[in-house]
Amino acid sequence: MNDRRFNVLLSFAALVIVFIFAGFLFTLVVQSLPAAKQEGAAFLYGSEWNPVTTRFGALPFIIGTLMTSAIALVIAIPLSLSAGIVMGEYVNSGWIRSVLNTLINVLASIPSVVFGLWGIEVVIPLVRKLALLVGAPPYGAGILSASLVLAIMIIPYMSSMTREALVNVPAGLREGAFALGLTKQEVVTGIALPFAKKSIFAGILLSLGRALGETMAVTMLIGNATRIPKSLFSLGNTLASVIASQFNEAASEVHRSAMMGLALILLVITMIAGWFGRTLMSKGMGAYGK
Amino acid sequence: MENNVFAGQYKGRKRKDILFRVAVLVPAGIVVALLFLIMAQVVVNGGKALNLDFFFQQQKPFGEVGGGIVQAIVGTLMVLAVAIVIALPFSLLTSLYLYEHKGSKRADGLLNVVNTLQGIPSIVIGVVIYTWVVVPLRTFSAFAGGIALSIVMLPLMISMIKESLDMVPVSYLEAALALGVPRWRAVVEIVVPAAASGILEATGLGIARATGETAPLIFTSFGNPFLSLNFGGPVSALPLVIYEYIKSPYDDWHQKAWGAALLLVLFVLSLNLFIGTRKKR
Repeated sequence: MNDRRFNVLLSFAALVIVFIFAGFLFTLVVQSLPAAKQEGAAFLYGSEWNPVTTRFGALPFIIGTLMTSAIALVIAIPLSLSAGIVMGEYVNSGWIRSVLNTLINVLASIPSVVFGLWGIEVVIPLVRKLALLVGAPPYGAGILSASLVLAIMIIPYMSSMTREALVNVPAGLREGAFALGLTKQEVVTGIALPFAKKSIFAGILLSLGRALGETMAVTMLIGNATRIPKSLFSLGNTLASVIASQFNEAASEVHRSAMMGLALILLVITMIAGWFGRTLMSKGMGAYGK
Repeated sequence: MENNVFAGQYKGRKRKDILFRVAVLVPAGIVVALLFLIMAQVVVNGGKALNLDFFFQQQKPFGEVGGGIVQAIVGTLMVLAVAIVIALPFSLLTSLYLYEHKGSKRADGLLNVVNTLQGIPSIVIGVVIYTWVVVPLRTFSAFAGGIALSIVMLPLMISMIKESLDMVPVSYLEAALALGVPRWRAVVEIVVPAAASGILEATGLGIARATGETAPLIFTSFGNPFLSLNFGGPVSALPLVIYEYIKSPYDDWHQKAWGAALLLVLFVLSLNLFIGTRKKR
């Protein structure tokens, strides 16, 4: 062993990581070619997904993915911002803060399949009752159930990002504002939140990235229908959930290839969300000197 | 006179302050209550399923009451073992590359790739490893499942190990170099041991993260109703058992799914707590 060989070894490992990523893109593109050839551009906007007649359009799942993630965000944002503000600004007692932190960390580490289980036993019956009340089809499973559980799953993540962003606001700004006689609310909404808004928004985008790619809980709760969802109570599918529920039962080569295409679409969407989130995050960090 | 104007204004501002406090405390309270509720349900429902058979017996044939999920416990340990054997050396070497080439364009590019890998949905990892490993070997296997989980672990472990390497004081390295130690030995024998606890934490978090992953396993380790110690064949895993059992029509299996969920949560939780207490020290 000498310095040169050591460097070669390290570069080899680094190259493997790069090849893994490149290989993912390459494999997904190559594997989705048969379906892409058969369907053409209609693969992206076709609204029919039928393995029996081998028609493969991804639109119902693209809509399902965007719909569940959007609803989850609408529910999760106000709750997470509140929780983040409380943890970052209002809790002064050390032990309450550490209890809250632990609870949030614990929930962030609970596996998705456990949330799916909880959703089946708790959320689905509730949604079924709600559907009966408003006169919608009482499946229980569907877009709303999936979105609700998705929201709960991203809350721990989003609220700890919000807290981080608020804690990083320079103490001098806050002290100066208090010295001028501002109330707590004025300091939070007028000084801390505007200062932290880029990082908070980045946190929301990174949470969105998680919601878009979330698989198991959604697969267990969304009802796995291959139509475009018409309402909150419709059964549906996301890009991830249709792969999870159909891949092992793929009837034909082109069916499997079409699902590789879905995986590619999903990868591209989550990469865009993650890239935006990270760019914003580094900008948010650089806002004040460091 | 003027003082009264200010006093009036202050009252309004004070009221707004209190309203705001209520407006954030109530939703935050809802969140905490909800999170407690979920934890409590996992503990209560899961606790009912736990007994000796649950840990040491195999799954009974469909519809029969009793038996356990030893096949899933052993399967999870098998795929984790494969995953860690692959992920630990590669993440250590890659973070050493990032450490040695700090600030260079290549290192920044590599860091971007690592961050992007971290964002890949786990189901996508599942279908790609299916293509890479399951198709050429013509069989689902613990081996394939472990490879899929290693890709879940890699980006997380690389960024954590890199951070702990960066925290080692440069003077350690410089002192070793000044004594005439070759650079590679200074890095391997001084910097890496100094970062050992960080590497251990990264490994623990990597395992915690991978243990609950279901999506990458469905198409790779697949699941198996019987206890199997064959790395070249399909094996069960705790998350797979939860996914499969809750879809079944049997109450006994639903209860076992909760039991498996409790086991999974306890395992992940104790790993997290272990790492948390180490960090405080």
